[in-house]
Amino acid sequence: MSEITSQTLTELVKNIKQKKISSEETTKAFIERGDKSKILNSYITEDYSSALSKAKNFDNKPNFDFKLPGIPIAVKDLFCTNGVKTTAGSKILSNFVPTYESTVTQNIWNEGAILLGKLNCDEFAMGSSNETSFFGNVQSPIHKNLVPGGSSGGSASALAANLTPITIGTDTGGSIRQPASFTGTVGLKPTYGSCSRYGIVAFASSLDQAGPMSKDVKDCALLYEIISTYDEKDSTSIDFKRNKYSNELSNDIKGKKIGIPKEYRVDGMPKEIEDLWTKGIEYAKDCGAEIIEISLPHTNYALSAYYIVAPAEASSNLARYDGVKYGFRSKGENLIDMYEKTRSEGFGAEVQRRIMIGTYVLSSGYYDAYYLKAQKVRRLIKNDFDEVYKKVDAILTPSTPSSAFKIGEKTNDPISMYLNDIFTVPVNLAGLPAISIPAGVDAKGYPLGLQIIGKAFDEQNILDIAYAMEEKIAFKNKITDWWIK
Amino acid sequence: MPKDKSEYLISRDNNIYEVVIGLEVHAQVTSNSKLFSSSSTTFGSEPNTQVSLVDAAFPGMLPVINEFCVKQAIKTGIGLKAQINKRSVFDRKNYFYADLPQGYQISQFKYPIVGEGTIILDMPNGQKEVGIERLHLEQDAGKSIHDMDPQNTLVDLNRSGVALMEIVSKPDLRTPDEVSAYIKKLRSIMRYLGTCDGNMQEGSLRADVNVSVRIKGSDKFGTRCEIKNVNSIKFMQMAINYEANRQVDLIEEGKTINQETRLFDTKKNETRSMRSKEDAHDYRYFPDPDLLPLEVTDEFIEKLKIDIPELPDDKKKRFIDKFKLSPYEATILVSDIETSKYFEEVIVNSDVKLATNWITGELFAVLNDKNLEITKSPINAKNLSKLINLIKNGTISGKIAKTIFELMIDGDKDPQKIVEEKGLKQESDPKALEALIDKIINDNREKAIEYKQGKVKLFGFFVGQAMKISGGKANPQLINEILKKKL
Amino acid sequence: MTINLKTIKHISKLSRISVDDKKAKKLEGDLNLIFEFIEKLNELDTDKIEPLTSIAETTLKFRTDEVKSKDIRNQILKNSPEKNEDFFVVPKVVE
Repeated sequence: MSEITSQTLTELVKNIKQKKISSEETTKAFIERGDKSKILNSYITEDYSSALSKAKNFDNKPNFDFKLPGIPIAVKDLFCTNGVKTTAGSKILSNFVPTYESTVTQNIWNEGAILLGKLNCDEFAMGSSNETSFFGNVQSPIHKNLVPGGSSGGSASALAANLTPITIGTDTGGSIRQPASFTGTVGLKPTYGSCSRYGIVAFASSLDQAGPMSKDVKDCALLYEIISTYDEKDSTSIDFKRNKYSNELSNDIKGKKIGIPKEYRVDGMPKEIEDLWTKGIEYAKDCGAEIIEISLPHTNYALSAYYIVAPAEASSNLARYDGVKYGFRSKGENLIDMYEKTRSEGFGAEVQRRIMIGTYVLSSGYYDAYYLKAQKVRRLIKNDFDEVYKKVDAILTPSTPSSAFKIGEKTNDPISMYLNDIFTVPVNLAGLPAISIPAGVDAKGYPLGLQIIGKAFDEQNILDIAYAMEEKIAFKNKITDWWIK
Repeated sequence: MPKDKSEYLISRDNNIYEVVIGLEVHAQVTSNSKLFSSSSTTFGSEPNTQVSLVDAAFPGMLPVINEFCVKQAIKTGIGLKAQINKRSVFDRKNYFYADLPQGYQISQFKYPIVGEGTIILDMPNGQKEVGIERLHLEQDAGKSIHDMDPQNTLVDLNRSGVALMEIVSKPDLRTPDEVSAYIKKLRSIMRYLGTCDGNMQEGSLRADVNVSVRIKGSDKFGTRCEIKNVNSIKFMQMAINYEANRQVDLIEEGKTINQETRLFDTKKNETRSMRSKEDAHDYRYFPDPDLLPLEVTDEFIEKLKIDIPELPDDKKKRFIDKFKLSPYEATILVSDIETSKYFEEVIVNSDVKLATNWITGELFAVLNDKNLEITKSPINAKNLSKLINLIKNGTISGKIAKTIFELMIDGDKDPQKIVEEKGLKQESDPKALEALIDKIINDNREKAIEYKQGKVKLFGFFVGQAMKISGGKANPQLINEILKKKL
Repeated sequence: MTINLKTIKHISKLSRISVDDKKAKKLEGDLNLIFEFIEKLNELDTDKIEPLTSIAETTLKFRTDEVKSKDIRNQILKNSPEKNEDFFVVPKVVE
C-alpha cells in the first residue's frame, strides 16, 4: 500500500473499507502533511481537531456502505459550512461563521466524509491566479512562486500537494478547469443546474457551478455522482436522470465523434499549446474516436460577453455585503457613510473593479448596449454549440493558453489576466459541462491540460472520453515537495 | 374647494387647473408564507422572529416562489377584468437601504404577471371607469425604526420578503373623492377574493400617489410628483390637495416643477421632498438570474376563474335585478364582502326591503357609533333576521322593534325572548283596538269634531293618543285604518 | 465609450463604494482598458436575437404555501456586527 496522502480517493475508500487503514490514520496523515505545507498557504481555515474527533467517531462506529467512509476532505472557502468560518477569500467575510450548510457539502458529509478545512481562493471567486485573496497568495506545488491558477487556487494547490485526497471548487469562467490545468490535476465543471448553488457564496448566478477537483477521472466521477442532486431550495436546479457515473465509467469510446473548433486556434497561440492539442487529437484517435473539424463562429466574443454578464450579476449579488447583518463593518457617521467605508475597506481592488463594471453596464442608458447585448451574444454562442452537437458528441480543446505563470507577473495587467479564461469561458456562457485533464508539460516542465466539452447533462460521455484519454496519456504529476524542508 | 365635488378644480386669476392623479397601490398578499421564503407573514410578532436565512440575505441563500402568491395575484387580475400574462419575469430592483437585506428587491419590471384592466367606480353623478395599467408581484421590505435609539436606526426584517401586489392605475383619477372611491373599490374587490385583507392600519394596503396639474382642457400631462407611502384615504386626499395647490402656485409663479419623490408630513399637512431618494432612481433592473421565467398555463388560469366568488359589480347587479333594490342601496350592501355576507344571511328567510333598511339604517348607525366592523356586530344576522320577521308578521310594530333593537345590542339576545320577557307584543286584535279608539274618540269629542270639520292635522293627535294609552303596543296600521273609519 | 472621472464618481455612489481622487484615477484607467475590450461586441449584429436569460430551459418550480421556517432570531442576529438581542442596529440615515 502506498503512502496514504499519495493515494487516489478510490484507493483510500477501498483501503478504509478493507480496514487496511483507519479514518483516524488517514486524517492524521493529511493533517501532518498540511502542517508541513503551510508555506503553500492553501488553507484559510484548518478544522483539524474537529476532523480528528470525527475520524475517531467514525472508526468507533464505521459505516462502510458510505461512498466516502471516514474520508477527510478540504473544500473551497466559498461553500458555507455550518460552524466553520467561511470567508470567500474576503476581508468582508473574514469573521463570518455560517449556521447552515451548503447542499453540495452536505451531500459529501452524508456519504461519510469529514471536513479537513477551508481552502484559499480568489476573493469572491474573482480571479485566475489566487492573487486577490485577502488571506494572501497561494503557492503552486509545481514550483516555487508559481500561481496555482484561480479562483479555486487553494483547492488545486492542496490537491496537487496531497493535502487532501479530493476537493470541490466552483467554476464561473474557468475557475476549476484552469487551476486543474496549471497543477496537473483533473477538474470538472458540470452542466449548469446539475449541482445545487444553495449555500455557495454567489458570484455570477447564471454561470456559477460547483464541481469536483481530483487526482484522476475515476475519483472525479465518484465525487460528481455524490454532489450532483436536484435541490428544491435552488430554483435553477434541474431535475434530470442522473447516472451512477463512477460505476458506469467506461474507457470504450470507439466511434465517438469529437469536434475540433477552428476558432480556438487563436492568434499568437504558443506552439506548446498547439502541440499539446495535436497530441491530444492523436490520443483520441488512438482510442477509436472520430475527429471532425467544426466551427464555433462566435468564440472570439465570449470573453467580452463574459466580462459584462459576470460583473453585472456580481455587482448585484455582492450588494448584500453592506455591514448590516453580518461580516465586516466599518464605523460611519451615517448609514451611507457606513456602507461606503465598509465596502471600500472590506472588498479588494479586483472585486471593487468588477462591481463598478457591473454597476455601469446595468445603469440607465447602458443596459441595452451592454448587458442586453451580452445576453444576446450568449444566445449566439449557445446556438453555435447546439449546431455542432448535431454532428459531434464532444469537443476537444486546450484548457488554457499557457502553463502557470509567476506570482505577480500579471497582476498589473487585468486584460492579460482575463485572457487566461479564453478557452473556458464559452462553456459557462452556454451552460455546458467540461472537464480538464492533465495532458503534458511545457518546456519548463509545468503541466498543461486538455479540455473536453460535452452536451448538456451528458457528463457520462465526457467522463468516459476523459477516462479513455487519461489512460493513453498516462500523465504523471511530478511533485517534488519543494516546500517541505 | 368647489361646491360640486364631482369636479375638483383649482382657480387662480385667469387660469383654471385640473388635477391628474394616478395611484400605485401596494397590497400585501394574504398568504401563510412569504413570496420567496417559507417564513410566516403574521402581523405584529416580536421583531426578527419571522425571518429566515433567505429573508436576511445570508451568503448562498436563494429564492423559491410561493405558488399560492402567484394564484392570488392572478385572481386579483381576474377581479380587475385584466389580461393575465402567461409568461412573466422577475427582475431585481437594485438599491441600498437598511431594511433591504439583499441590496435589491425582487420585483417585476418589463413583464408583469397581470396587464391592463379596469375598475368601475360608483360616483354620485354616475359610474366612472378607471383604467388599470398593470399588477405585478414583488417583495416587501423590512421596517426601519428611527425613534427607539437616538444614535441609531433599528431594523426589523419580519416584513422583509412578504408578497406584495403592486397595482398601478392609469392617470384617470381627477378628484379626491374619486381617489377615495377607487381605494375602497379596489380594497373591496380584493377582500371579496380573499387576496388582500385591505387593513390600512396594519399596513396591508399603502399607496403612492402621483399628482400633476394642467390647464383644464389641455390634453398634455404636466410634470408629476410622487407622494410615497400614504397609508390612509384621508391623508391621500389631504396630500393631493396640498400638492396640487403647491404645483399650481409654482406654475403661476413661472417656476418649473421638479419631477421628484415626496413624503406627506401628517403633522404639518404638507408634502416635502425626500432628499435621500435622489440618487436612487437608477435601479438597474435586470432579470433575476436566480429565478427562471414564470409560466402559467391556460388550465391554471381557468381553474382559478372557477374559484372566483361573485364580485361586487355582479352582486350589485343581481341585488338590483332580483331583489329590486335601488342602485344606491345595492352599492352600500355590496361595498364590503362582510356586509354582503351579513345581508345575504339575513334575507335567507326574511323580508328584503326591511333587511335593507335595518342594516343600512339602524345597524350601520350602531357600528359607526361603536367603531366596529360588521364582523364584530353586537347583533348577529340570525337575530336581526328574527327581529325583521317579528315586524313582518305583525307581532311587533316598527317602533317597538327599535326598542327591542336597543336591548339586543347589549346582549345579542333572541328578539323573540325579549318580546316575551317584556311583554312587547303589539296589540293587533281589531276588537280591542276598536274599543280603545272608541274610548279615545269619546274622551276627545271636541277634537273629533274639529277634525271632521277640516283640521286634518289632528289625525296625528289621535294616533298619538292610541299609542300612548296602549303603551306603544297598538298596531299602527290597524290604528290608522280604524281611525279613518271612525272619524 | 470612454469613462470619465464624473462617471466613476457616479458609479461609486450607486455601488456604495467610496473613491478618493487617486483611486478614481486608477479606476478610470482600468475601466477604460476593460471597456475597449468589451466594445468588441459592437461588431456583431444582434437585432433579431433573443437574449439568453436562463440556461436551464425549464420554468419556475413552485413551493407550497406552508410556514416551514421557525423563529431563528438567535441564528439570524448571531453574526451581527452591532450586538442587540432583537434588532439589527445601523447608524441613522440622514434625511
